[in-house]
Amino acid sequence: MTKNVTITVNGVDRRALVEPRLLLVHFLREVAGLTGAHVGCETSLCGACTVLLDGCAVKSCTVLAVQADGFKVTTVEGLAQGDKLHPIQEGFWEEHGLQCGFCTPGMIMCSHDLLEHHPSPSDSEIREGLNGNLCRCTGYQNIVAAVKNASRKMSKGVVARAGAR
Amino acid sequence: MASKATNKTKTKGKAATPHWVGKKLKRKEDPRLIQGISHYTDDFKLAGMLCCAFTRSPHAHAEITAIRTDAARVLPGVVAVFTSEDTATLGPVPCAMQMPNLRVPRHPVLATGRVRYVGEPVAVAVAQDFYTARDAAELVEVDYQPLPTVTDMEKAVSEGTPYVHDEFKSNIAFTHTLKNGDIDAAFKKADRVVEQRMVSQRLAPLAMEPRAVLAEYLPGENRLTVWSSTQIPHLLKTQISVIVGLPETAVRVIAPEVGGGFGSKLNVYGEEGVVPFLAMKLGRPVKWAETRRENFLATIHGRDTLNDVELALRKDGTILGMRARILADMGAYHQLLTPLIPQLTALMHAGCYKIPAIQIDITGVFTNKMSTDAYRGAGRPEATYNVERIMDIAARELGMDAAEFRRKNFPQPKEFPYTTITGLTYDSAKYQDSLAKALKLAGYDALRRRQKSGWKSGKYYGIGVATYVEICAIGPSAATPAGGWESGTVRIEPTAKVTLLTGASPHGQGEETTFAQLIADELGIDPDDVNVVHGDTMAVPYGIGTFGSRATAVGGTAAYLATQKLKAKMATLAAHLLDAKPADISIGRGRLSAKGGKKSISFGELVMAAYTAHKIPPGFEPGLEATHFFEPSNFTFPFGCHICAVEVDAETGEVKIDKYVAVDDCGNVINPMLVDGQIHGGIAQGMGQAMWEEVIYNEDGQLITGTLMDYALPKAHLLPEFILDRTVTPSPVNPMGVKGVGEAGTIASTPCVVNAVCDALSPLGIRHIEMPLKPERVWNAIRSAQSSGAPAEAPKKPAAKAVSGRRHL
Repeated sequence: MTKNVTITVNGVDRRALVEPRLLLVHFLREVAGLTGAHVGCETSLCGACTVLLDGCAVKSCTVLAVQADGFKVTTVEGLAQGDKLHPIQEGFWEEHGLQCGFCTPGMIMCSHDLLEHHPSPSDSEIREGLNGNLCRCTGYQNIVAAVKNASRKMSKGVVARAGAR
Repeated sequence: MASKATNKTKTKGKAATPHWVGKKLKRKEDPRLIQGISHYTDDFKLAGMLCCAFTRSPHAHAEITAIRTDAARVLPGVVAVFTSEDTATLGPVPCAMQMPNLRVPRHPVLATGRVRYVGEPVAVAVAQDFYTARDAAELVEVDYQPLPTVTDMEKAVSEGTPYVHDEFKSNIAFTHTLKNGDIDAAFKKADRVVEQRMVSQRLAPLAMEPRAVLAEYLPGENRLTVWSSTQIPHLLKTQISVIVGLPETAVRVIAPEVGGGFGSKLNVYGEEGVVPFLAMKLGRPVKWAETRRENFLATIHGRDTLNDVELALRKDGTILGMRARILADMGAYHQLLTPLIPQLTALMHAGCYKIPAIQIDITGVFTNKMSTDAYRGAGRPEATYNVERIMDIAARELGMDAAEFRRKNFPQPKEFPYTTITGLTYDSAKYQDSLAKALKLAGYDALRRRQKSGWKSGKYYGIGVATYVEICAIGPSAATPAGGWESGTVRIEPTAKVTLLTGASPHGQGEETTFAQLIADELGIDPDDVNVVHGDTMAVPYGIGTFGSRATAVGGTAAYLATQKLKAKMATLAAHLLDAKPADISIGRGRLSAKGGKKSISFGELVMAAYTAHKIPPGFEPGLEATHFFEPSNFTFPFGCHICAVEVDAETGEVKIDKYVAVDDCGNVINPMLVDGQIHGGIAQGMGQAMWEEVIYNEDGQLITGTLMDYALPKAHLLPEFILDRTVTPSPVNPMGVKGVGEAGTIASTPCVVNAVCDALSPLGIRHIEMPLKPERVWNAIRSAQSSGAPAEAPKKPAAKAVSGRRHL
């Protein structure tokens, strides 16, 4: 049994005939050919696969592709505007918020959702906001700094909300 | 850096060369990572690629009586299914360690006849896509005859126990004794002997990127290319050639982007033999991506030692001797370095103290569990935990301050290089300075005052101190199983851009940036003009890899020395062109200048002259490329002091970390931002061991903590902000004076946190609680102490007096 789905990924419609069991993260990686959403656990516990589904952060290993039919998905590849990095990406770069980089796309997308709801979060709000995303390298300290860095920049200028319908 | 001073003197009188070393340069590797456009192994897709999945044992110990693959084979999309009958010609999973009396069991890439741990691969299914491959792996039917299981180390070495490997008639993998000084006399003349049993529990390394292997074989070219998430591409290339039986010249290994390792990818796994075999057998590329469940079951674990430690003391606090009896769990088989890890524990058991006599007895034990091997720190966290815990317990029993007791037993700075009782030569250190700096940064006296007033009001506040030394820059080849050197090739391209090929294989540490900083300073150019290439055995001369906090101290030094060779060559050519002496040529700010500065040639012109070779001195080899294989003369020994303050809720057993201070000394620093990042991550992992993490097998050998739901990897909201500082004591072992920093945080933080919690609860008479310090465990310790008659609430007495009844001789 297969089903036709159309998912708008980073502004581009992706149509495919998929098995109902196909996870969104595998749709993004295998069908849309993207590399940003990483598979770290397939159990929604590590957050490396976090993407925006109609603007809200979801763990794409816990969403079926058929559930995302008709939705807009933004992955980390869709954040930068041409050569201009998104302030959250800049924050991670400037504050050394990543080491091996595997959790980073998920961290960035989760931070996007966090800053959407709390434009100026405190340290503890950032830590609570990211507690569904695991990092084994950084001890989170510079990730917190990265999100604060982005928060400062984003409060100065209006940044387009990625992936909103 | 020490060597930089020399260079600076050379260019004295001119505008200073841009100084990249020591700067917080943003990482060159980050743009691709923050945009998600980098390629980890699982991101590669080759034309005609198949996917595979493994069928793994659900039993910890069983005879395989039959395997039926028919149902799997007929599933649409399945290409093939293989078992050990098909892979019998493949070489075993290698163990690099050689030592007398080491029992090395046969370790086939697929279980043959018997399985010995849950998760051992039994069969492999190959299909058009990985969903189908996993379905097929599930359809492989295996009949097992379960056998008695041994999971407890003490039971494993007792009489009448089942054997993991019948052929040895024993579960002892090896015994090793390190003994020096008159240990019996030390304990005989001691005023006081302090002893404690303690466990360094089994941990899962949990790199965020699980393992992955992709292999492609081109029979016409006889070329096998293997992409693997590994820390050691060159060593893996050699081992794959042995396993699959191809000449090494036909094998190319690429470690592309690697998502963390922490020692778990410093290995050669059965899957790294099987996947290339499949690609060769089927004539199509084959990929395997490990699931997190498999990562818990079948990627190496770390630690898992049971330690009985004794310290002999004079009543004034002078250490006379140390004894430790250590059981180290090997798991069912040896992986690459499994038996080596406890040897490092023995070597580092003197810590940063003067200990006149020592005896460490280690027994390596086979059990029906996944192998242990190097996990961040690899043997040193176990040693440091034993040493720093027993030091704390001893200080309390002697009624001495934890910091003062440590200071009393440090070697003095003038005693360096300092030869330890375990036979190591510590390169350089000022333990007194890092301790003093940490005490000041933490506000130690104020913390102690807070503790005392807290105790008066029923609050259990504790301060943990850990002073540590670690063995890094691994290491001199004579002391390592597979060579301890590293390679570096520096090539200046005709357009004056620089390529560094390094045998080190970073996977998150940032050497694309730090090595570029290093070379940029040496050549007087911009780090953006230096491209660091690593991880491809066809591009990079043979190297060893990144582990043991060695990449900068050994790999960086190789790159530095290769650059020196190149500079000498450039000076020769510049002297020829400028009609000067090579010794009078200096390099900086994009030019090569003769003494006096009147005659000079631009960097780019000189490089082009080396390639056009129109005007070169007699005997001068055209081109600009130099290679250095650096063999270090010694290890390096970073050190430092961490201080942690905690508050324990006696009602719930919860531990709140109030303050965490770390003063580390890793010698000279190339990029302080990256060094701090290593310390942050290290502390988090060590704190994870102290507080939350634990791999648990039940007595049947079933893994109880097999998902991220059951295994408590530290999360952002659980960790405090770490306050860092450093001292800088350059190492004399390498010309850059660097020591290494990858593991320091992990080594220091574990005992530091446990010391703090035990300090907090000392008024209750609590002397030791086993890790991890989960609320349940702490709560039980408190309840048990209270029911045994120790003061229940609001301790009024100072700590030393409160525990006086528990002293023993």
